[in-house]
Amino acid sequence: MFKRIALSAAAALCLTGTAALAAGGAGKVKDIDFSFEGPFGTFDENQLQRGLQVYTEICSSCHGLKFVPIRTLSDAGGPHLPEDQMRAYAEFYEIYDAELDDWRPAKPTDHFPESLLENAPDLSLMAKARAGFSGPYGTGVNQLFKGMGGPEYIYSLLTGYTGEEKEEAGTILYENTAFPGGWISMAPPLWGEDVDFNDGHANDISSISKDVASFLMWTAEPKMMDRQFSGLVGFIMLSVLSVLLYLTNKKIWAPIKGKNKSDTVATPAE
Amino acid sequence: MGGIPHDHYEPKSKPEKWLHSRLPIVGLLYDTLMIPTPKNLNWMWIWGIVLTFCLALQIITGIVLVMHYTPHVDYAFSSVEHIMRNVNGGHMIRYLHMNGASLFFFAVYLHIFRGLYYGSYKAPREITWIIGMLIYLLMMGTAFMGYVLPWGQMSFWGATVITGLFGAIPFIGEPIQTWLLGGPAVDNATLNRFFSLHYLLPFVIAGLVALHIWAFHTTGNNNPTGVEVRRTSKADAQKDTVPFWPYFVIKDLFALAVIMAVFFAIVGFMPNYLGHPDNYIEANALATPAHIVPEWYFLPFYAILRGFDDTVWIVIAANFLTGGIVDGKFFGVLAMFGAIAVMALTPWLDTSSVRSGRYRPMFKIAYWTLVVNFLVLTWVGAMPAEGIYPIICLVGATYWFAYFLVILPLLGVIEKPLAQPETIEEDFKEHYGKSVSSGGGAVETPAE
Repeated sequence: MFKRIALSAAAALCLTGTAALAAGGAGKVKDIDFSFEGPFGTFDENQLQRGLQVYTEICSSCHGLKFVPIRTLSDAGGPHLPEDQMRAYAEFYEIYDAELDDWRPAKPTDHFPESLLENAPDLSLMAKARAGFSGPYGTGVNQLFKGMGGPEYIYSLLTGYTGEEKEEAGTILYENTAFPGGWISMAPPLWGEDVDFNDGHANDISSISKDVASFLMWTAEPKMMDRQFSGLVGFIMLSVLSVLLYLTNKKIWAPIKGKNKSDTVATPAE
Repeated sequence: MGGIPHDHYEPKSKPEKWLHSRLPIVGLLYDTLMIPTPKNLNWMWIWGIVLTFCLALQIITGIVLVMHYTPHVDYAFSSVEHIMRNVNGGHMIRYLHMNGASLFFFAVYLHIFRGLYYGSYKAPREITWIIGMLIYLLMMGTAFMGYVLPWGQMSFWGATVITGLFGAIPFIGEPIQTWLLGGPAVDNATLNRFFSLHYLLPFVIAGLVALHIWAFHTTGNNNPTGVEVRRTSKADAQKDTVPFWPYFVIKDLFALAVIMAVFFAIVGFMPNYLGHPDNYIEANALATPAHIVPEWYFLPFYAILRGFDDTVWIVIAANFLTGGIVDGKFFGVLAMFGAIAVMALTPWLDTSSVRSGRYRPMFKIAYWTLVVNFLVLTWVGAMPAEGIYPIICLVGATYWFAYFLVILPLLGVIEKPLAQPETIEEDFKEHYGKSVSSGGGAVETPAE
């Protein structure tokens, strides 16, 4: 027990240290104009498919997406892969089946595999688990106008390597302008032209970073477009209801408020 | 009701009479719905309906969420993700519940501050006020335990920090903390008991809400003038009041619809704005988040908690006088709970004979300072405990206590209040008489 507390205390100290460092200049996150931002933003299917390709060819060698069922790749409001392609994609992964006590090709109902490396975090929720923007002075104004900045953080991290390295306690750390503290243990994953797209879409580091950041926003919030639609419908219906109730309210109060009729009208209208 | 003379339910048909002589439930509903309500209530009197609605919303969405949630440390986080991804409409239900808590607290703070301004806590409404404070305390407990259930990083570390506060109580603190947690640290036992209580307490709140309504229906509503409804005769009472149905039901529903429109926009377009990103990381006992920050609605009291550390003279004095029993941490805990306790004692701390703040010039200054102070405390509660921030916490906490313990008792003695209207009718006519002469009653002013 004591060890556990000591460990978390030590971790707390380290993290506060890095946060203080971050405040001192590092942790630069660039605001990107993603297609899914704002009340009427939508995911770009082609971009999500490109992001899936980047994830599959590069990220998935270390990271996992354990909360994402593979079948959802075919969902509308997501990458929207044709079903046969999604099925073919599923078989690309080998997963461990506890019932068979053996490995087998994944099925659409399976989830993406977990991270392969112990210190590579799962990416399912990464775009919601990081805040790229804050402040000013803890007021939350930036988050209100720019969004929480999760995808922007991912983009800035992927493009934020300076090329500097250092060794600390046997681990090589890479300097990164977006990472809190400035030094990250993940080697630069993208260099530009790491993947080739069938449609010949640009594959420079900035483009593919945006693609994969969008894809991870979708893995974190797969029902975003449904939700925005529900929000819009709810807002419009309640606004109409508000107008109707406003007029009703005005009408029933008119005899009470006007011409000092209050002496006589004290019984309900109906 | 409320000693205000008014018409009562009279059963007319035979079945009505039959039921009424056995169970006068229709009469109870009639009297509740038709209660004479001061006709000058302004737009700050809508929060009660909003709060009732919030409670219903939270209970209904909560019951549906429970159908898909698993209260176990290994499955809690992934079951919430299951709700977000696989349950039909689950993402909306969960976001409604999550943001519903924020709406609930937003409304309760406006409701409380309405009461503080118009003196709704004063005799004869002390019981209403005390029950309200109990509801508020239970809301805080319920919301805190609910925040633990998704089992994210902030859930875990928030639970660790807040239950740790009980550990600060001298001698008996540690056994209490262990008893609360069901073990030496936040773990599966904690999650299970929090889940159980999170399901139970809303129904306790619902019971207290019924008592709250019963209490103020017995005394009658307060109103912006603080002048009581005339009870001399039914004719007099009718000059001051209108029945709750339909006048205030429709008015309140209109306000609720507007608030719900804004609420739906928030849920639909920015559901995570009020949350903390760290709670999308599964709980990990070995990795402490950089800043452990409670939900926004706890921040004012969290700031008061943090204001008193070992360097504050009053803490040093308390430490010396108690022979080291009261340290900075324990003092902070006492201050946090004390901040709510003094609010509950307001009916006896306010010595002024005038009820409504509208007719109290000095009170107004103190009151609006308290409002600003509350907002500053909310803001500073989320800032790191370094630099100037602890000093701001301390100043804010000091004013909070000064308002309730010094300013309110003193003002009643030294303040010279303005003239109040004789009757509610007079106030109402003064307000609407103008709009009638200028625009034929077409101009609707929103507040007062």
